[in-house]
Amino acid sequence: MKVIGKDIQRVDGPALVKGKPVFADDIRLKDILHVKILHSPVAHAKILQINTDQAEALDGVVAIFTHNDFKPHYYTTAGQGYPEPGPRDMRILDSTVRYVGDRVAFVAAETLEIAEQALKLIQVKYKELPCIFDAQESITAGFALHPAEGTSGIHDIDKNIAAHLDAELGDVEAALSESAHVFEGTYSTPFVQMAHIEPHISLTWLDNNNRLVIRTSTQVPHHVRRIVAEVLDIPVGRIRVIKPRIGGGFGGKQEILNEEVVGAVTLKTGRPARIEYTREEELFAARVRHPELVTFRLGFDENQHLTAIDLNILEDCGAYGPHALTVMSVTSQKALSMYKAPNIRVNGDGVYTNLPIGGAYRGYGAPQAFFPLESLIDEAAEAMGIDPIELRLKNVFQVGDDIPIAKILGEGREGFPMVLYSNEIAACLKEGRELSNWETIRANQQSGRFRRGIGVAVAGQGSGIPGIDMGSAFIKMNEDASFNLQVGATDLGTGSDTALAQIAAEVLNVSVDKIIVYSSDTDMTPFDTGAYASSTTYISGAAVKKAAEACKLMILEQGKKLLQTDDAKIVNTDVLGSDGQSISFSDICIKSFYTDEQQQIMGIASHLSYDSPPPYNATFAEVEVDTLTGIVRVIKLVSVTDAGQIINPKMAEGQVEGAIPQSLGMALTEFMPFDEKGRMLNLDFNSYHIYSAKDMPELVVRFVESNEPTGPYGAKAVAEIPISAPAPAVTNAIYQAVGVRIKHLPVKPEEVLAKIHLED
Amino acid sequence: MIIQFELNDQLVQVETQPGTTLLEYLRSIELYSVKHGCDHGECGACTVLLNQKAVNACLLLMPTLEGKKVETLEKFSTHQHINSMQETFLKAGAVQCGFCTPGMLLSLEALDREKLDLNEDDVRDALNGNLCRCTGYVKPVEAALKALKENKGKEVQS
Repeated sequence: MKVIGKDIQRVDGPALVKGKPVFADDIRLKDILHVKILHSPVAHAKILQINTDQAEALDGVVAIFTHNDFKPHYYTTAGQGYPEPGPRDMRILDSTVRYVGDRVAFVAAETLEIAEQALKLIQVKYKELPCIFDAQESITAGFALHPAEGTSGIHDIDKNIAAHLDAELGDVEAALSESAHVFEGTYSTPFVQMAHIEPHISLTWLDNNNRLVIRTSTQVPHHVRRIVAEVLDIPVGRIRVIKPRIGGGFGGKQEILNEEVVGAVTLKTGRPARIEYTREEELFAARVRHPELVTFRLGFDENQHLTAIDLNILEDCGAYGPHALTVMSVTSQKALSMYKAPNIRVNGDGVYTNLPIGGAYRGYGAPQAFFPLESLIDEAAEAMGIDPIELRLKNVFQVGDDIPIAKILGEGREGFPMVLYSNEIAACLKEGRELSNWETIRANQQSGRFRRGIGVAVAGQGSGIPGIDMGSAFIKMNEDASFNLQVGATDLGTGSDTALAQIAAEVLNVSVDKIIVYSSDTDMTPFDTGAYASSTTYISGAAVKKAAEACKLMILEQGKKLLQTDDAKIVNTDVLGSDGQSISFSDICIKSFYTDEQQQIMGIASHLSYDSPPPYNATFAEVEVDTLTGIVRVIKLVSVTDAGQIINPKMAEGQVEGAIPQSLGMALTEFMPFDEKGRMLNLDFNSYHIYSAKDMPELVVRFVESNEPTGPYGAKAVAEIPISAPAPAVTNAIYQAVGVRIKHLPVKPEEVLAKIHLED
Repeated sequence: MIIQFELNDQLVQVETQPGTTLLEYLRSIELYSVKHGCDHGECGACTVLLNQKAVNACLLLMPTLEGKKVETLEKFSTHQHINSMQETFLKAGAVQCGFCTPGMLLSLEALDREKLDLNEDDVRDALNGNLCRCTGYVKPVEAALKALKENKGKEVQS
């Protein structure tokens, strides 16, 4: 292959290194209004009265919106397939607030300062209501956080259960009772912030035809168009969503966050409007990873083969449930797609509380699955006296296996049968074992203040949502045999524009610089569900491949007509007739435009897959525990991934290298404490600590390539897979170093310290 | 009030308010390489050079700039040329979303001007004020070391 598997430089790179104005906010609009949201200072209250008189009297205030300005309409902000699988439980502005950060009102003013000042002049009388800050308590609280009237899709309103799932294959209880060994453990993963450096930013204006243009930092432009049309009650055809370059999203932008707010301002005033979250707002009023309390029971026979997996999930979805069902569903799917057990069962509840809203964060439920699973597998290995790597190898799914959970549990409905066509997890474990010095480090007897240990964990993910994610691509040819590739797929910094250009270039026998990528703009690019669920390379990439093949076929047919032959083939960038005459791609296009057989040479195609082949990852973490302070430092981390055929090695490495510190952050440094009133306490990057350049351990990143027959050029996904295993690899390493088993993230030095002394 | 300072090699006179930050001013004149990420000097997306040092523009009030020298990333490339650090970042795959890239490049430019012999710790120190959620800093550090050691000062075609 000419360009697949090569380190092609990013197509958007030159503009980015020059600091060109390519992001949503890098634009100046005349007479723009600045929009600010008044956030609720209380976690649960009925708004008795809002007085906006003083704010409206302030010079420069143009419009103020409260819940009285909108008729009750319930929707979901989740950028997902339609009809949405999750509950519709949110209004643009509501008369009840349900977490500290919930919207109370919004103001549009001539300047940002005036808008901020106006917020302070709005007088709100709240009747505070009892709050729930614990998912378990929420179910039995005896009062409902959401009304029955108007909402839909909430599983059990009275018990505050936003979403529920259960499924069973075989007979788990019987199998467990007959198993030679049964292990049980309860673990939890915390709230975590996506922490993209570019905040949520949206700008709107009316174009010359009175259509609403939304330029926004989003992963899901087509979903934004659909949801905003619904909320603001205007036709989809009256909205154009432009996605410029995006400054990171990691799931936080798989959501409409404020697009409907700023759109409402523009529709009312006729003026351009802008809303940008501050970092503080990002931290307390955007979206977070759902905390999950997970209990696994694992049954093994006398040969250490799994007989049963029983999985119980309690998910805290926060005040609203945009991703409540599907995150929990991914936890189950991924947990039950790693190891083969004849009996499997899952039972999960996604529960409302008066805390920040769970959204889509890279891994989407999988990190919540693998921290518990990989911890318990380690515990089981030790108890059964078997090497933890060997135990994993004994039980992982093999090529040719049917993965039954895929069929019984889809996205909010029954799924599709899935057979595994590629899985190099064994090779990943082998390579990681060598690169990490597994044997040597494990054999070292630790003593003294600083003790080292090594841990391993594996994980699987998916490649798109089977039967739901659809991507499409349009390619048209130009006179110099360059091609415009227009895709709805959304590059949010991942490099997908480049990967898709590589796929088109490979098909069309041209270099990548001949492919001019444009993504994405709902007026200009065909539909794509968007950048989430690890779908872009696998789904959108397959659409690009088909579109390029259609375009190539048209070049050939056109070439045959121009050569007046029925027998010709494409060689490099020429159409070669069997009689030896030939015509170049460029000449074919020029003649097709201007003189002969005139038409536009182009291709358009869509792709949907009923398969979602899992990429796999094995991570080895070497840690050092300070037995005097309980502080854990990661020294080295080896991450080996099977993501099928790698389209662009440097970009794929970049995905892994970026995912690792996100997982280490969840494990070690990123805390979201709340006070007794439900107010988040650390509202800046000084106290919400994401990994910096000096925090990083040594990283060793490798790929074991496999050939996935259902993927474009053998590719599977790579974006999410590396985020799940680092956290459990670290806690398994802590156990190996000092004998302390951490079951609740993040790791707290005081807990490590207390347990070390307990061991002593 | 009116203040005077040097911006990207040009002497500028600016009518400003005492509370205006350099970040607000630079974005208002469409020097958009300077990014808004946190307003508190924590993320480094608004890094500029002030009298050769890398600083956060969100923490600088305009009146303090009187007589000083400010440089933004716009200065370091033309429509035809990028500098060797930019080129190395591109080739190394050090750019993902690119939002923190301008700030990183300027932190490294300041390091380059300040020190002759550099090692990885110097680079990590220099980048420690530039938060990046995409790269894990692996390729930016690799690119920086390569560019600082090998390609000092060379201009290349973009």
